[in-house]
Amino acid sequence: MVPVEYYLGLSIVLFSLVALGVLILRNAIIIFMSVELMLNSANLTFVAFANQYQLISGQIFVFFVMAVAAAEVAVGLALIVAIFQTKQSIDVDQINLLKG
Amino acid sequence: MIPDIVLFIILALVAVASAVGMLFSKNAIYSALNLILNFSSVAVLYLILGAPFIALAQVTVYAGAIMVLFLFVIMLLGAERLRRSETLPYQQPVSIILAAILAVVAIYALLFRPLGIEAASVANPDFSSPAAMAEMLFNEYLLPFEVTSILLLVAMIGAIVLTRKRQRRVQR
Repeated sequence: MVPVEYYLGLSIVLFSLVALGVLILRNAIIIFMSVELMLNSANLTFVAFANQYQLISGQIFVFFVMAVAAAEVAVGLALIVAIFQTKQSIDVDQINLLKG
Repeated sequence: MIPDIVLFIILALVAVASAVGMLFSKNAIYSALNLILNFSSVAVLYLILGAPFIALAQVTVYAGAIMVLFLFVIMLLGAERLRRSETLPYQQPVSIILAAILAVVAIYALLFRPLGIEAASVANPDFSSPAAMAEMLFNEYLLPFEVTSILLLVAMIGAIVLTRKRQRRVQR
């Protein structure tokens, strides 16, 4: 059995990598994908600990995180489409006005 | 039979490589496809961790539904390629340093602060069978489950409202 620390290490690496992506990238859609990947690496930690303690609650939490991520994607992509319709761009540097 | 550790290393490498590929692809479509690969490899990790329900939910919800939405929006907007616009010259080095600090601090905490975790005394391989998940979800977590359904409804209404308003303004 793989020790839980290995899963935590993988989770840390993935999270830091996509945090770097959120900071560097300019394309709103890829930033959004990076946020999904952050949620996913947190889920990996949840499942690893659920397996470690043989408790099912961790997996129930992952299920809820997935539901929230799905809701977040629906609203976020609708926002991106709305921004694109006004700005004709999804470059996050261009989005600098509160009122479009 | 491949030992778990070998499988873990292979999947971890695939996951990290596809995350790097997602971040540094020139084309947003390739980013999305890399992300699907990443989600699938993490789903197999969930299977190793004895979470079959979560693994398949990962494949259907993330790699299926969410990525279809992403691909649909990328193609709808025609935003596959975005030229890089550098407005702040110091942004890239600063963000690399900040992300490196995050990684180093987290790995330091992992290595030098022992978690004090012991494995559960009885290792039951099917402690999280879909039947056990359902029993927990519909008894102890029934209220959060219902709240989730309301959340999804609100998100659906929000998505419709956000994309409708612009159309009406254009038509006027």
